[in-house]
Amino acid sequence: MKKLLLSSIIIIIGLSFIGRLSYLQLFNYSTSQVTEDIAVKAIYDYPERGYIYDRNGKLLVANQPAFDVMVIPREVKKLDTLEFCNLLGIEKKEFIKQIAKAKNYSPRLPSVLVPQLSKTDYARLQEKMRKYSGFYIQKRSLRFYDTKSGANVFGFISEVNDFELTENPYYKQGELKGRTGIEKQYEELLRGRKGVKYIQKDRFNRDIGPYKNGALDTLPQQGKEIKITIDKVLQEYGELLMTGKRGGIVAIEPATGEILAMISGPSYDPSLLVGRDRSRNYTKLYYDSIAKPTYDRSVLAQTSPGSPFKAINALIALQEEVITPETRIQCFNGFYVGKRKRGCHCGGGFRELNDGIFNSCNAYFAGTFRKIFDKYPDSDEGLEVWDKHVKSFGLGGFLGSDIPTGRSGLIPTPATYDRMYGDGRWSSSYFISNAIGQGEVLVTPIQLANMTATIANRGHYIVPHLLKEVEGLPNNDPTFNEIHHTTVDKKHFEPVVQGMAEVYLHGTARRLQVKDIDIAGKTGTVENFTRIDGVRTQLTDHSVFVAFAPVNNPKIAIAVYIENGYYGARHAGHIASLLIEKYLKGDITRTDLEKKMLETTLEKEYAKPLSGEPFRINERNW
Amino acid sequence: MSATGKGLLKRLDWASILIFMLLVGIGWINIYSSTYSQGQENMFNFSTLYGKQLIFIGLNVVLIIIVLALESNFFERFSSVIYVISLVLLLGLFVFGTTIAGATSWYNLGFFNLQPSELAKVATALALAKYLSDIQTDIKRNKDQLFAFLILLIPAFLVIPQPDPGSALVFFSLVFVLFREGISIYYLGISLFAILIFISTLMFGTIWIIIILGVLLGLFFLLKKQSLKIPIIPILVVFLITFLFSLSVNFVFENIFEQRHRDRFSLWLSLEKDPNKLEEIRKTIGYNTYQSEKAIESGGLFGKGFLEGTRTKGDFVPEQHTDYIFTTVGEEWGFVGTSTVIILFTLLLLRLVFMAERQKNAFNRMYGYGVISILFVHYFINIGMVIGVLPTIGIPLPFFSYGGSGLLGFTALLFIFIKMDANRLKEGF
Repeated sequence: MKKLLLSSIIIIIGLSFIGRLSYLQLFNYSTSQVTEDIAVKAIYDYPERGYIYDRNGKLLVANQPAFDVMVIPREVKKLDTLEFCNLLGIEKKEFIKQIAKAKNYSPRLPSVLVPQLSKTDYARLQEKMRKYSGFYIQKRSLRFYDTKSGANVFGFISEVNDFELTENPYYKQGELKGRTGIEKQYEELLRGRKGVKYIQKDRFNRDIGPYKNGALDTLPQQGKEIKITIDKVLQEYGELLMTGKRGGIVAIEPATGEILAMISGPSYDPSLLVGRDRSRNYTKLYYDSIAKPTYDRSVLAQTSPGSPFKAINALIALQEEVITPETRIQCFNGFYVGKRKRGCHCGGGFRELNDGIFNSCNAYFAGTFRKIFDKYPDSDEGLEVWDKHVKSFGLGGFLGSDIPTGRSGLIPTPATYDRMYGDGRWSSSYFISNAIGQGEVLVTPIQLANMTATIANRGHYIVPHLLKEVEGLPNNDPTFNEIHHTTVDKKHFEPVVQGMAEVYLHGTARRLQVKDIDIAGKTGTVENFTRIDGVRTQLTDHSVFVAFAPVNNPKIAIAVYIENGYYGARHAGHIASLLIEKYLKGDITRTDLEKKMLETTLEKEYAKPLSGEPFRINERNW
Repeated sequence: MSATGKGLLKRLDWASILIFMLLVGIGWINIYSSTYSQGQENMFNFSTLYGKQLIFIGLNVVLIIIVLALESNFFERFSSVIYVISLVLLLGLFVFGTTIAGATSWYNLGFFNLQPSELAKVATALALAKYLSDIQTDIKRNKDQLFAFLILLIPAFLVIPQPDPGSALVFFSLVFVLFREGISIYYLGISLFAILIFISTLMFGTIWIIIILGVLLGLFFLLKKQSLKIPIIPILVVFLITFLFSLSVNFVFENIFEQRHRDRFSLWLSLEKDPNKLEEIRKTIGYNTYQSEKAIESGGLFGKGFLEGTRTKGDFVPEQHTDYIFTTVGEEWGFVGTSTVIILFTLLLLRLVFMAERQKNAFNRMYGYGVISILFVHYFINIGMVIGVLPTIGIPLPFFSYGGSGLLGFTALLFIFIKMDANRLKEGF
């Protein structure tokens, strides 16, 4: 017993020490990452964010220096607070609050006292700064916009939030990250890669030399310069025309799927979201719940497509061989759905495909639509076939473009109607409005533009996209080079394109002709409703227009959607024609159209439902 | 002489010598790491601390040769003289001592600071063995027990005012020798019980101690066999003494202990629950323990590698080359390193127990137990403190910590015993 006493104590103590050590070193041990070591400090070297150019090499987005006034609370000596506040241009109360906040964060480490001074403030401060110990000025890089347009395309950058910090270990507190648009989508190209220097610290947080002799340090990688597909001139002109109007415009180069312009109205100057007033401006824009300037209508606004959708139904009917271009259908100034008559403005009489399109005859397309469904034994099967055809035009789903926001739109399937009416308790006559683009079908402007480009290409499209070149090398993302074919054969497109060309010659857009440019287009007038005090109220129709030109070698396909702009040939038609002329010719010969667009706003129209008083819709005079 | 020299080499216990050399070697590597700074890579720069330690290791070799060359019964014969000299040296500190880091434990010899308590440890172990092995001493007798205790208590009381409570504990630890030699095991039982009551009073308070003891006693009387007659008076006396002891613990803790002592106990027993005060303790009294635990934790399984310990480089752990040297092992060599060191110490101590038990001569055996007790207490308190399971008591890790007196003292302690062991079969010649 007494011989074993000491030995057993020695062994027990040894085991408990190993137990405690395994608790500390194996169980409690959290990470070996150098970034979490309190004895090592990482100092980052931020590269400049990449510039953004338009398709023709014109500068869109660059950088500008900004200056933050920094404070290290511990090093602050007595100072004339009032004088210093005047110099900085802040209130004394604000100054005291910020100092307290900085002290709370760390008395030894620098905090931002006044962020993002302008160049002039900086110049004024610079020479006097030496007087105030504990304060210094740090240079930062901010975005600079060489245009007042394209805010929705570029997106903006702002500080990373807590969620992103946990999500992506690359980002550290206070760093900037692309929030929407191009800045978000191509964040990694644009931001480059920050360099890092690891510094070994002692217990007083003093530098005592490089960690591991700098073996882990990296140099910053410059952000990449990118060229986007946007045409600066077209984008700016489009936004100018949108003054006082709400809606979305997307223009695409049909052969490549490159987005030439992507306009949302109302928009805002992208410079508003840079610098000291960023936060205030953003709040103002974000809370404008009536005009919603931050809501990108070009990719988010879902509406019925209206008459441009007739072209799709015509193509499907041709492909399904239920009509030929010569098939005649009679218009009785309208058509019947059950016992209810829906009107038509085409003038009545027998219609063929060609004048059905250019006069936008509702009855002709209702008849065509019926014929598609009559081919199949039941509506279910018919709808599935129809659905498949429509979706091959890139409708009813996300396109997969490189725009980070978007909506899928809606193309009804049998399941849609089973949900609405009950299983099997519906037939094709229930949704015949889709024949003229008014039923359940919903599209966004970019989908409409892509649909137009598909018709312009006579049966195929490339997913619309914004990135053109990175550092001079073309965008070789396979997604944006792959050709998507529609389920409609190429030969069926010619008669439809012909009809759309005649829309400009003697159809609904005959007053919008542009000299020397053959344009094919289709007007659309979309009925729409809102709820005012719980009552379903009809508002002035949305004006929709799709077009592409030149007819035989399309360079531009465009979709314009103007909220409450009345019939298609009005605002949407005007703007589409002007943009096509601007893009193809460089200047405007139809100055009458331009004048009209620059002078008219729809503010009055938008005020109507909010006025609280009864109002008239679809007023003819303008 | 040369013949005996050769024979001696054969008879030396090379297992313990090997472990000793490993510990000194690993220790020096870690001292190098914790005192080295960049741009000063010369290992033999003797102005640096690791350079100095290298000199001490050299002196150590000389010391070992001297110890091994001496007659094996030299130490037995002169143990009393050595003991008296060491006591005189301890007393002399009150007059001639040099104060380093608040403790007057050193003589300044110009080139070297001598710490006489290290010598006193060897001397006390020798004196105790000498006294106990005397034919006239009977450890069962109270008078002899008292005298044996005096031998350890005198140096212990001489070092307490330095202040050096750590070394005092080391002298106390020599009671292990007494246990081995037959003193009643009840002493150990009573001390452990007292420690238990002490700690639990601090943690739970006197009232709970009484309630728990009462409940235990009540259960005992309820469940015991009716036939079993147990005298009730002595049990009540024990109960009363426990109560008074528990009360006195409170009194001593609140009135006699100083705030820093109280803080150390609060930290050790996690008595402080208020997070703000806890944070305060971490920054002040608990700073060492907090930093050393964090440094060890950050090593993980394999450690950060030689000279790669960031906390070691940043001097986050105070006294890292002396009392906290084990944190360097923890940070740079990880769990693999720390457990290796623990295993080496355990093996060395067990080997020494084995060696002590094989001695024919009682003096040798008792001295062997003294060596084990002293080494064990150093190792136990030092590592326990560094890994945060014992309160902070400044005491070096044998063979590891920086310091000449310590290294030479421990080496002398160990090699005197190794020499005795080598000659165990030749006793009587």
